Amino acid sequence: MIIKVLGPGCANCVNLERVTREAVAELGIDATVEKVTDFAAIVGYGVMRTPGLVVDENVVLSGRVPTARQVKEILAPLAG
Amino acid sequence: MGVVVVAWVTLYALNLSFWDWLVFDVVGLDPESRLGSGVHFFFFDTVKIALLLVGIIFVVTVLRSFMSVERTRALLGGKRQGLGNVLAAGLGVITPFCSCSAVPAFIGFVAAGVPVGVTLSFLIASPLVNEVAIALLFGLFGLGPALLYIGAGLVIAVVAGLLLGRMRPERWVEPFVFETRLGGQVIDSSVGLTWDDRIQMGVEEVGSILRKIWPYLLVGIGLGAAIHGWAPEDVFARYAGPGNPLAVPLAVLIGVPLYSNAAGILPLVEALHDKGLPMGTLLAFMMAVVALSLPELILLRRVLKPRLIATFVVVVAVGIIAVGYLFNALL
Repeated sequence: MIIKVLGPGCANCVNLERVTREAVAELGIDATVEKVTDFAAIVGYGVMRTPGLVVDENVVLSGRVPTARQVKEILAPLAG
Repeated sequence: MGVVVVAWVTLYALNLSFWDWLVFDVVGLDPESRLGSGVHFFFFDTVKIALLLVGIIFVVTVLRSFMSVERTRALLGGKRQGLGNVLAAGLGVITPFCSCSAVPAFIGFVAAGVPVGVTLSFLIASPLVNEVAIALLFGLFGLGPALLYIGAGLVIAVVAGLLLGRMRPERWVEPFVFETRLGGQVIDSSVGLTWDDRIQMGVEEVGSILRKIWPYLLVGIGLGAAIHGWAPEDVFARYAGPGNPLAVPLAVLIGVPLYSNAAGILPLVEALHDKGLPMGTLLAFMMAVVALSLPELILLRRVLKPRLIATFVVVVAVGIIAVGYLFNALL
């Protein structure tokens, strides 16, 4: 699974990356977490409120920082 | 939920008598003394403002959860200058939006065909007409100033967007914005939420805004208390009062480079108003501080050329000055 954290590097984006890594570690899934900081690429995903979370090229969340538990709930069914 | 509402109303109603009792009766400070009135002002105001903020941020967040940037963009798509600017300014007020997302929203709007001037109306109104400022103006000065503030903010956003739109601003936008392809599926965050979700969002938003603004709030109230208790009555009125025709532009010039938020500015505004400064001058000062912030302008540099940023600042600042004079004449 490829997870992308969309955000130009603001505090919210750093927080989202942190909770995402926590969730991945706790679920023990095989995933790489990448950061996307280029604005054109971010908007290319249809995201207008940062931060955004993309799993295997699908936007699963935008505009807020979830808790690690919420990220786990999003990722668990996608991990298959 | 009901319990929380009752607790909020009770605390708000008891706030004044509690601090009267504690500061003047128990501690024994003289209400007429500088120390007594300063200390009382600090504690009473901190609690009052905190309660107002919690209440209004919660209500506004729940209401705003029915709107989203995606929906706003869909509403603005295909709109022309004029009506589009009016709509954009109105939507700027009610759409949940943080200026940290100004750049992706700008690209998203323009790439979807929303005119640059209309997009700018949205980006001006969003921070200018601020829910925290509305809450505090209403709580500290009443309904009239709060409504005037909302109306003035909307007019500035519409007129500034129209003017900027007339200047062919497209030539001052970085070319990559027009080349950006909108892909992916758009997630509209306003649909599919239950009331529980919306209430949960309200609670989270109250927490996150309070965590962000409390240092500004304490500094603002501290300065307000100092002015309230120690500054001589006529000092501010003499230099920035109704007698000085340049007070409004000066207030705006001071306000633009200052970076704070409404929560930090309003306690100062309240204290200065008590010292005889006119409301228009103070509102202009507050608008200049919240609407034009250096960090947001630096972010916008990624998509706008310096020429447009400079024009943007000048147009908005002139609008705020005009509103300041108007309010001083009206109030």
